[in-house]
Amino acid sequence: MAQIASLTLYHNDEARPIIDAIIADNPGIRVMNIPGAVKLDCDGSLTVNRSSVEARLGRSWEPQELQLVLISMAGNLDEDDDHFTLSWRH
Amino acid sequence: MTVQIKTLDYEPKRHTFGHIARRFGDKPASRYQEATLDVQATANFHYKPLYEPEFWQYDQNKTAVKMADWYKPLDPRQYYYATYNIARANMNQAVERSFAFVEERGLLDKLAAAARANLQRGLLPLRHLHWGANMNMTEICQRGYGTAVTAPCIFSSGDHLGMAQIVSRIGLALDGQTGASLDAAKAVWMTDPAWQGVRKLIEDTFVERDWFQLYVAQTLAVNGVIFDLAYKLSDAAWADGATTVAMLTEFMSDWRAEESRWSDSVIKTVAAESPDNKALTSRWAKHWIDRAVEAAKPLSAALLGDNGAAAEAAGEATRARAATLGLTL
Amino acid sequence: MTAKKLGLKQRYAHMTRGLDWETTYQPMDKVFPYDTFEGIKIRDWSQWEDPFRLTMDAYWKFQAEKERKLYAVLDAFAQNNGQTNLSDGRYVNVVKLFLTGISPEEYQAHRGFAFAGRHLRGVGPRVAAQMQSLDELRHVQTQIHTISHYNKYFDGIGEFPHMHDRVWYLSVPKSFFDDARTAGPFEYMIAIGFAFEYLLTNLLFVPFMSGAAYNGDMSTVTFGFSAQSDESRHMTLGIEVIKFLLEQHPDNLPIVQKWVDKWFWRGHRMLGLVAMMMDYMLPKKVMSWKEAWDIYFTEAGGSLFQDLARYGLKVPKYADVATAEAEHISHQNWAVFYQYTHAAAFHTWMPDKEHLDWLSEKYPNTFDKYYRPRWEMWAQMEKDGKRFYNMALPQLCNTCQIPMAYTEPGDPTTIAFRESRFNGDTYHFCSDGCKDIFDGEPEKFAQSWLPVHQIFQGACGGPTVPDVLNWYRLNNGADNLDYVGSPDEKLWNQWMAGAVKAAG
Ligand SMILES: [Fe+2]
Ligand SMILES: [Fe+2]
Ligand SMILES: [Zn+2]
Repeated sequence: MAQIASLTLYHNDEARPIIDAIIADNPGIRVMNIPGAVKLDCDGSLTVNRSSVEARLGRSWEPQELQLVLISMAGNLDEDDDHFTLSWRH
Repeated sequence: MTVQIKTLDYEPKRHTFGHIARRFGDKPASRYQEATLDVQATANFHYKPLYEPEFWQYDQNKTAVKMADWYKPLDPRQYYYATYNIARANMNQAVERSFAFVEERGLLDKLAAAARANLQRGLLPLRHLHWGANMNMTEICQRGYGTAVTAPCIFSSGDHLGMAQIVSRIGLALDGQTGASLDAAKAVWMTDPAWQGVRKLIEDTFVERDWFQLYVAQTLAVNGVIFDLAYKLSDAAWADGATTVAMLTEFMSDWRAEESRWSDSVIKTVAAESPDNKALTSRWAKHWIDRAVEAAKPLSAALLGDNGAAAEAAGEATRARAATLGLTL
Repeated sequence: MTAKKLGLKQRYAHMTRGLDWETTYQPMDKVFPYDTFEGIKIRDWSQWEDPFRLTMDAYWKFQAEKERKLYAVLDAFAQNNGQTNLSDGRYVNVVKLFLTGISPEEYQAHRGFAFAGRHLRGVGPRVAAQMQSLDELRHVQTQIHTISHYNKYFDGIGEFPHMHDRVWYLSVPKSFFDDARTAGPFEYMIAIGFAFEYLLTNLLFVPFMSGAAYNGDMSTVTFGFSAQSDESRHMTLGIEVIKFLLEQHPDNLPIVQKWVDKWFWRGHRMLGLVAMMMDYMLPKKVMSWKEAWDIYFTEAGGSLFQDLARYGLKVPKYADVATAEAEHISHQNWAVFYQYTHAAAFHTWMPDKEHLDWLSEKYPNTFDKYYRPRWEMWAQMEKDGKRFYNMALPQLCNTCQIPMAYTEPGDPTTIAFRESRFNGDTYHFCSDGCKDIFDGEPEKFAQSWLPVHQIFQGACGGPTVPDVLNWYRLNNGADNLDYVGSPDEKLWNQWMAGAVKAAG
């Protein structure tokens, strides 16, 4: 069975540019909408790139700010200044 | 079509929870009250702790002082999680501005060597003392009784961790972000004779089992004598850096003025409960203040060349503070 | 000298690195008296890595921001009487169960993480545990503030701490957390940090809170999702703990496996309450408990255990039984509360036709065969004025403390009974999972404060149901019994009639 890396975010204005960035940067992503939230699933790994989010937001954005719209996640986390990655790789 | 506006009757059936209403009557209660009063479980526990089977996990017998109601020692700041965090986020904005100001102007780089050496020896090791204070406040939070006292303790441990990190940032600003100053400060903390009394003092508090005695030791003696000596009475040691240090440690001054309003009022309330409580808290205060003064003397002698006079002065101020709380030393 | 700007990882390392020290004036084993008796071996605490790397300044900043947003919603909800925009007055019963059954456990988690945040020897896990202690205090306080508004209008909420220490079904979550709180710090971290946070809170906070949104409860969904953003940190801590323990020493594996098995099963039993909330108590449904279980346990847990297999850790014992039970547990629990509605501080009802059809659709293997006929019979009895109440006190499972109403694996028509002997006494269990837990620590579980035993021993206000309800501070005729005919229903209907009049 494929191991699923997953992020669940608020479905609101603040999160939308981040959701768009994730969908653009993670080919094969599966999107599940539930009231108030959106669950994004990828086989193996899922990355949020700072630059992609900044391009959509039009301001500087730190991956730590993801916490403001984050609801849940699955996978081992690697977070640095330019990305927030969940994966089952080692 | 005409618009008809009718006000529906949304008269509440009750204004607050039963346990709050039994204390104050059924009227609207503050968010502090609802978030705090009677929140901790008090009865019908299931299992004795594997690590300490002589007590329940919440047990009034973990201290020798007795209160008819542990929800009497309230927090005059009325902090609950949201108000606490918002207050600290605001204080921290000032910290950010100060660091930016000092770093842009290179104020720490311009310091004379003597001032830098004293900061290295006298200020940076405080990060470890804050960490020790953090351990104690976390311990009181887990071991204490009643949310009124224990919730502000976890706020206080967050504060000490935050202050340890501000001290660390001062070190990084001094050493060009290499961390070398922090390693050096740890060596000072572990071996410099000026600090050994303080380190022994805080290590001895780590093994204190009576949580309210620990509360007195930490908030009255360690905060009042050692931290006040370091942040209030040591300007002379920082020489030409005194103003810069004052800016970078403004958080500590604000925190100390604010937290002591709470910690003093808790001690005052507990001591006022009974002659026994008064005798116990007085004895604990005397013991730990005396020890803190002895511990601080070599530090003040080393930093200020005063033979320990500043340590004595911090001790006198703390004894006077204890007296205003109703303690007899 | 121009200072270089530090990256997140380096900055965090400097800010926390070496804050702790080896004590010399007091022995380390006296400073940390509790982290050895469980038999866990740690070679090197410095190998701990906290992936979130939050310094206090960042913590305050983000958390203050979250709180500003949350309280703005709560204020608006109260000002606009948001409770009148709910899907139905029945909905409020989930909020009642939440505040009486779940919020007090957030508080226990707060104190438990303070314990771990003081008594684990490594600085890294201690900082993470302290932040979690702060977060859990946030959760209980924001939940009280949210539900405070409901308490002004609806019954069964106002005595939540008093009830939590006494009422029979609330001893299910209370004993769960008491068990964790009275364990050593490592077991606590596995129990709450790993098993509860990583495996189970998603089930509670994601689909259930989405359900709150769907039912018009904007305040509950806001605290729920906002709390859940902290949970992401907590889950990360939980997974880090388990990996760390397994990496540190091979001798840790059997100890950790035993804890994972125990806490998975205990969590599964406790979350049966949430299963019932989702399948029966949300008037508008987002997904069934079974669907949520498939997503959050089978799929997410599957990925996780595949990952942990390289350390030799196995999927929790009886995970297959739990997955099979996902098709039964909400129905069996609702049956218990329906029968004992006179002794519960929230209202019950028999599902209407539309709801029954939804359950038939979501549970094709079980609902029509085992449960629908019973529900239809009970509904008919209500119509005939013979509403079914069970006045006999139930036997409780000595481990999970739920009435013995669960069925045998593979045979949903036979109630499961297990027993063990210890020190000359017989103890009863609902399942193999609960029996194994008792057998692993009989000295501990022989102490259980079992509400029904306590009633028989006269420790609960007296021998009759009204005596016990009185001792619970349960307002008979308002807090308990069916929704239909309750003061809650009357008030709700008044609001709806008024709203129709105002609109017309
Ligand atoms: Fe929580
Ligand atoms: Fe949590
Ligand atoms: Zn059981």
